[in-house]
Amino acid sequence: MRVMVMVKATNNSEAGIMPREELISKMMKFNEELVKAGVMLAGDGLHPSSKGKRVRFSGGKKTVVDGPFAETKELIAGYWIWQVQSLEEAVEWARRCPDPMPGEESEIEIRPVFEPEDFGNELTPELRAKEEQLRAEAERKRPSSS
Amino acid sequence: MSGASSGVTREAVEAVWRIESARLIGGLVRIVRDVGLAEDLAQEALVTAMERWPTAGIPDNPGAWLMATAKNRALDELRRRQMQDRKHEEIEKAATGLPAAGPDPETVTDANVGDDLLRLMLVACHPVLSREAHVALTLRLLGGLTTDEIARAFLVSEPTIAQRIVRAKRTLTEARVPFEVPRGPELSARLSSVLEAVYLVFNEGYAATKGDDWMRPQLCEEALRLGRILAELVPREAEVHGLVALMEIHASRFRARVGPSGEPILLLDQDRSRWDRLLVHRGLAALARAEALSQPLGPYALQAAIAGCHARARTAAETDWNRIVALYDALVELTGSPVVELNRAVAVSMAFGPAAGLELVDALVSEPVLASYHLLPTVRGDLLAKLGRTEEAREEFERAATLAQNARERELLLARARACDASRVS
Repeated sequence: MRVMVMVKATNNSEAGIMPREELISKMMKFNEELVKAGVMLAGDGLHPSSKGKRVRFSGGKKTVVDGPFAETKELIAGYWIWQVQSLEEAVEWARRCPDPMPGEESEIEIRPVFEPEDFGNELTPELRAKEEQLRAEAERKRPSSS
Repeated sequence: MSGASSGVTREAVEAVWRIESARLIGGLVRIVRDVGLAEDLAQEALVTAMERWPTAGIPDNPGAWLMATAKNRALDELRRRQMQDRKHEEIEKAATGLPAAGPDPETVTDANVGDDLLRLMLVACHPVLSREAHVALTLRLLGGLTTDEIARAFLVSEPTIAQRIVRAKRTLTEARVPFEVPRGPELSARLSSVLEAVYLVFNEGYAATKGDDWMRPQLCEEALRLGRILAELVPREAEVHGLVALMEIHASRFRARVGPSGEPILLLDQDRSRWDRLLVHRGLAALARAEALSQPLGPYALQAAIAGCHARARTAAETDWNRIVALYDALVELTGSPVVELNRAVAVSMAFGPAAGLELVDALVSEPVLASYHLLPTVRGDLLAKLGRTEEAREEFERAATLAQNARERELLLARARACDASRVS
């Protein structure tokens, strides 16, 4: 399974305070370990929300909102995409992560990525129709492509 | 101990096992020089962990804990067995580095770990063993799969796999295979059987040659994981990156290659928006790593380069068939494989028209290696249909259906045979 692992933001990360060299080297070592274990597929740190924007959808209207955003604990400061066998494996890897925000309380949140089989019968009729259409096209193409 | 004193589930212990087992077994093999014994010791350490961790919590460095526990068992075991003094001393020496109170984390994170894993992979795929044994041992020792899981993946009975593993371990012991990690050309030669085993695992998951399961994604994921690990262990071996690239790109098509009722969708008919962009990106990056080593491209890198041509094309019509033909030329030269020649014929037909392709396929019809290969009549039928020779095409599809081993493929081929009839009537 694939999971998104998010490092939650803190006051310091939102203030744009860069991590100390010691943490950076610890994080690099951790990332290296993830790569060597064949677990890490992607990952990056994020600028504070003051450099971000939001597009808000409400009643058919779209509004662009500039950062920073207030709810610090709900924001993320970085993420990884990991390939693991179970959620427990992801938890075990997260436990091995160096404290991402020394001196502050912080959290790492792990969320499974939807897999095709998660949709199963939940595929919307539109998607099903698209599938059917593609299939029909594929069938048609073969004998007539001469 | 930082782990919560309760709530350590069996799943959590298994997760640690998945992360640690290969390094643990690899480290133990270095010390005891016996794969079977190393694995038994690791298993016993796991059992101890299962007993203790639910109450004591998972230790801060579970890998070191497991290693220390296993080493203690190794000492007990070797004392009990009264093995020869020399070996005994080696164990003592290796084990005395460990402080009695708490294991030193450095013992498992040192530079030996890489060599331990590589050694384990090379031993599991040692030339004294059969290919089947390579696969079973690799999944068992490196993948941490149980014999039951391996048996289910390969549709054979559990005793068969258990027997295969026991016999393989015995063969390794009896042959007294050296555990040194070779360097240079010898390493490349030995690695090729590791790559082959990993690719066999991937293909077994990807193409399910037997039975009705169209794919078994877990095997593919395991093969990908092993490939990614290997790429970091031997980063200067172009073929390793080639294999990883090939697997990443193939895996990127999982979602697109099977229709809603489980039927296969061929590459050129796939909805490319369903390809996994992350895996495509990783595959192309691995291919770039292989090419950057400026070694002549081997069979995996060449196949990956071909897969890369497809991955880069936004639509099937944009495919760079000329480049694919050139890559197949190189691959035919390298492998001399009739199967590759058949694929090259398909590429030629796409680049220069079905007649040019058919000419090449016709030359392969008498090839004994392809006599019972269902893709030969499939391709021939396809090209004949494109040339409007529908009666001959139908016969070829029907012949292909009798040769296909996968039930869904057979259905697809019979459908194409019927379609020939329909297009003749209309």
